[in-house]
This record gives sequence, C-alpha cells and structure tokens, in this order.
Amino acid sequence: MNRKEIFITSAFTNNSIWRQILGICSALAVTNLMQNSLVMGLGVTFTLILTSLTISLIRNYIPKSIRMMVQTLIIAAYVIIVDIFLKAFLPEVSKSLGPYVGLIITNCIIMGRAEAFAGKNSAIDSMIDAIGSGLGYTLVLLLIAFVRELFGFGSIFGFTVLGDWWQKWSIMVMAPSAFFLLALIIWIVNGPIATRKRK
Amino acid sequence: MEINAIVIFFAAIFTSNILLTNFLGMCSFLSVSKEIESSLGLGLAVFFVLTLTTALNYIVYHFILVSLDIVYLQYIVFIIVIAALVQLIEMVIERFSPVLYYTLGIFLPLITVNCAILGVSLFMIIRKYSFIQSLAFGAGSGLGWLLAILTLAGIRTKIREKFVPTGLQGAGLSLIITGIMALAFIGFSGIVVIQ
Repeated sequence: MNRKEIFITSAFTNNSIWRQILGICSALAVTNLMQNSLVMGLGVTFTLILTSLTISLIRNYIPKSIRMMVQTLIIAAYVIIVDIFLKAFLPEVSKSLGPYVGLIITNCIIMGRAEAFAGKNSAIDSMIDAIGSGLGYTLVLLLIAFVRELFGFGSIFGFTVLGDWWQKWSIMVMAPSAFFLLALIIWIVNGPIATRKRK
Repeated sequence: MEINAIVIFFAAIFTSNILLTNFLGMCSFLSVSKEIESSLGLGLAVFFVLTLTTALNYIVYHFILVSLDIVYLQYIVFIIVIAALVQLIEMVIERFSPVLYYTLGIFLPLITVNCAILGVSLFMIIRKYSFIQSLAFGAGSGLGWLLAILTLAGIRTKIREKFVPTGLQGAGLSLIITGIMALAFIGFSGIVVIQ
C-alpha cells in the first residue's frame, strides 16, 4: 500500500467515526460550536500524530504485556502539552471545552491507531495514517458542528449568518440533536453511498 | 455555593446523566448494549469502579497533587490510579468471589478506557466538589450510566427481529434510540438543578 492510499484509507474509506464508530464521545460533546470542534479536532490530530510517531519508533522495545499502559502514558503526556497550550493561548476555548481536552486520553481513536497501525508499521507511514485519521475525525466534527451552530445559534464560526428573523432551534444546542446528526451521517455514508459504490 | 450531596446524587442520575447529556462512555455503551445480561454486568462494574475511583482521585488530587503543586500532572496520575484500581479490584474479586468474577471479570479491563470514569474525576475537579459531594456525584453518575445502558439494551432486544434500513443497523440505530432517550430525559430537568 503506498502512502497516498494509506492517507485516503484512514481519512475516508476507513474513517474512525463513520466506519469504526470510535471516539464519538468528544464528537458529540464539543460540536455545538464550530470553533470548539476545530480546536478539538486539531488537538486530537496533534496527539494522534505524535503518539503514532512515538509508538512506531519504540514499537520493538515495548513488552507486549504492558503495551496498553505504555500507550496510555504516552498519550497522556501529549495531551498535557495540548492542555497547557490551550490554557495559555486560547483560555476561553479551553474553558468551554472543559474536561473534554483531558478526555482525549481515553479517545479510542488514538489507542486504536496505535494498536492497529503504529505498532506494526514504519514511522513515516504511521504519521501519514495519523494525519489521515485526525483529519477525517476533524471533518466529521466540523460537519456536525456546522449544522448545530447554524440552526442553533444562527452563526458560523461565531459570525452571525442568519439574522434576527431566524428563530433559533434550541434543540440543536442540546444533547439529542448531536445523537441524531451523527446517526444521520453514519446512515448516509454506510447506506446510500456504500451501496452505490458496490454496484 | 454548597449543594446538598443528595441533590447531586439524583441530578447525576436524571437531569445531567453522564451519558445522555455529557456523552461520556459512548464506545462501550454502543458495543456492549446488545444483551441485557452483559449490559447489567458492565453497568454494575462501571458503577462500582466509578464510585471508588472518584473517591480515590479526590484524595490523590487534594492531598498529593495540590500540596506538591504538580496539578498539571493530573491526567497522568488519574489514569494510573484508575488502571491500578481496576487491576486491584479484578484480583480481589477473583480471589474472594469467583461467581462475581465471571459476571464482571471480562468487563473490568474495558473500564480503564471508559471515558466516563476519567470524565467524572475531571468534572469533580472543575466543579470544585467536596469529598461527600464527589462521592455522591460518582455513585450517581455510575447509576445513571447503568440505567441508560440497561434501557438501551432492553429496547435493542425488542427490535432485534425488526427490519432496519441498510446502513442504519448497529451503531446508527442505537444512536437514534439514545437521542430519543436523551430527549425523554430532558423531561426530568427542572426537578433538580446542578451545574
């Protein structure tokens, strides 16, 4: 498999969220605003790239029996960097993301990629795979956030798009809409799109 | 503001259910909820571990991390505490109650990576709860999670034989059901309010 294929596979055809249903806790929780989703997506991508790189470099030295613990500690170390960075440069976003920055540690995507890809492949390939997975994740987050912010607040990235005439849909700000929108995305991708490709 | 621990306990179960409003613990929620029996096992294990880790993390945070001024290490420390405690519980249960070990045993390792456990500890720190409040919050969240996964498992066993459109089987449909459950739980809001 060449590098372009690795990227496309991890970003689209085998996208963590809509194919593997991984890491959806944060995908649901932070998507009420596009800004938060973008920051979250980039944070996960950053952690994912560095974790994959590290795991891939030391993959031959980690004893099999404790590899989960090693992976978790590596992830936690990078998440602390992300957290401190956000607190220093984007304090408001950091506050509204709350515990979800720390919860990147238990985001199954990172552990999943480390386990399924980085533990078996070379450093460069693992990084490309990580970039693909991270961007695929960010894309889904932004898609959900676009709909929720547009209908819920009438704005995109904080800029008002729909004027005062727009009756805000408060359901879009609340939890249920996130479940419905994610289900809709999974349905569209796995249903109509997947069946059309098979024909 | 000091909130009564009992209020926090009930709020964590109903009005701000850890799963339906904060989306924590979704991965295992979706994958294990096929059978009522295994859902009950995992739910009980989560309730058990959540109560204990919240109390333990409270002690570790306030008496070790704060006094040594290394609060920025909280993520690593919390994860280690959770992993160690889960391991310990597993060994104790295996030694003293083989029956319980067979029901909970396979689910315990899954719990270390369940984000509800870490999430509750982080919420406890952010909301500045006292020890009793944290204990109530942990136990309430665990019960709330148990309630949510049991409900979903019950609904899923009912619709197992029914027709579901292509692409919506499994996770898609579970998400829609969970969404409707979340809508229903909004009906509880107003009974008790916590931040």
